[in-house]
Amino acid sequence: MTTPAAMTNSRRGAIGSVRILLQLATLVLLCLTANAWSAIDTFEFENDEQQHRFRTLSNEFRCPMCQNTSLTGSGGGVAEDLRREIYLMIVDGKTDEEIKQFMLERYGDFIFYKPRLMTETLLLWFGPLLFLLLGGWIVLGVIKRARPQEQQAVVLDDADQERLRKLLAGVDRLNRIDSPDEQDKSDNR
Amino acid sequence: MSRLKLFIPVGVFLVLALLLWRGLYLDPRTLPSVLIDKPLPEFELPTVEHADRLISKADLPKEPFLLNVWGSYCLPCLQENPILKAAAEKDVLPIIGINYKDKINLALMWMDDNGSPFEFSVMDADGRLGIDLGVYGAPETFVIDGNGVIRYKHIGVIDYQSWQEEIMPAIEAVKAESLN
Repeated sequence: MTTPAAMTNSRRGAIGSVRILLQLATLVLLCLTANAWSAIDTFEFENDEQQHRFRTLSNEFRCPMCQNTSLTGSGGGVAEDLRREIYLMIVDGKTDEEIKQFMLERYGDFIFYKPRLMTETLLLWFGPLLFLLLGGWIVLGVIKRARPQEQQAVVLDDADQERLRKLLAGVDRLNRIDSPDEQDKSDNR
Repeated sequence: MSRLKLFIPVGVFLVLALLLWRGLYLDPRTLPSVLIDKPLPEFELPTVEHADRLISKADLPKEPFLLNVWGSYCLPCLQENPILKAAAEKDVLPIIGINYKDKINLALMWMDDNGSPFEFSVMDADGRLGIDLGVYGAPETFVIDGNGVIRYKHIGVIDYQSWQEEIMPAIEAVKAESLN
């Protein structure tokens, strides 16, 4: 039997360990989200539309320093600065086009994740289509060749006819040797 | 004809191999600068040496000079410092620094410890001038002509080879031009 005092003690202990568990879980979760948090800035927007534009734009630009990440995902110093510039320009009432032009003038085409359509990027844009067409053409060719050719009556002259008869006779003989009852017969012999 | 067709895969392979071979020797970190042959951007910033006085584009040299983006946190900057100091000592051309996203006390300490090749260093604490220059990390070095136009950009550390083979020829070309 436990006394009431002991019971409260043990309950307190249980609550304490639950709390520790919760704290540990929180810590683990915090560690897991640390990456996602690294690139959050504290920008205040006038409305949701501005915030949405900020997010879209930061995702469209590539970080010049940590290549292969967008400005949103990059913790690099220059990405931070560029996000700040985008924010300032949005709040300043600049259009998306103007902001893109600003980036282009300073960092060149590299800054765009989605390359602009121009003569240099034609192959980049339409290369896949080209390969698709090429692949389709090859597949069509293969299919056409695999389709059985239309049967044409074969005209044999006498000599061919004789050869064919001999050949067929040979096949016939072979068949007879292969068949089991034929083998039985040979065993009996 | 159909026999020639057999060689199509080999041809495709060769073309692809050639492209990939070339790709091996391209440095994806060196981005072509769009600012070549464009004038330097306007700015109004203090210098590391005189934090209380603002200078602008008009205060930059009127002759060809080197603009070197550096920071006390930047190891390659330390690596290229002797080359820049040697150039400054030999009066090759004036070297102006841009102290990029740094703290003034750390910048002063760095210059104290390592010596400075710079006539002065523009303090770009928030990286705003850096953005206008298309900078994405120290060190970066610009060759500016007598009219304040960017003529050459070197990204990353300057070693003796790149100094001899890339930067010095660019400087000489700009200098020869300003003599005519």
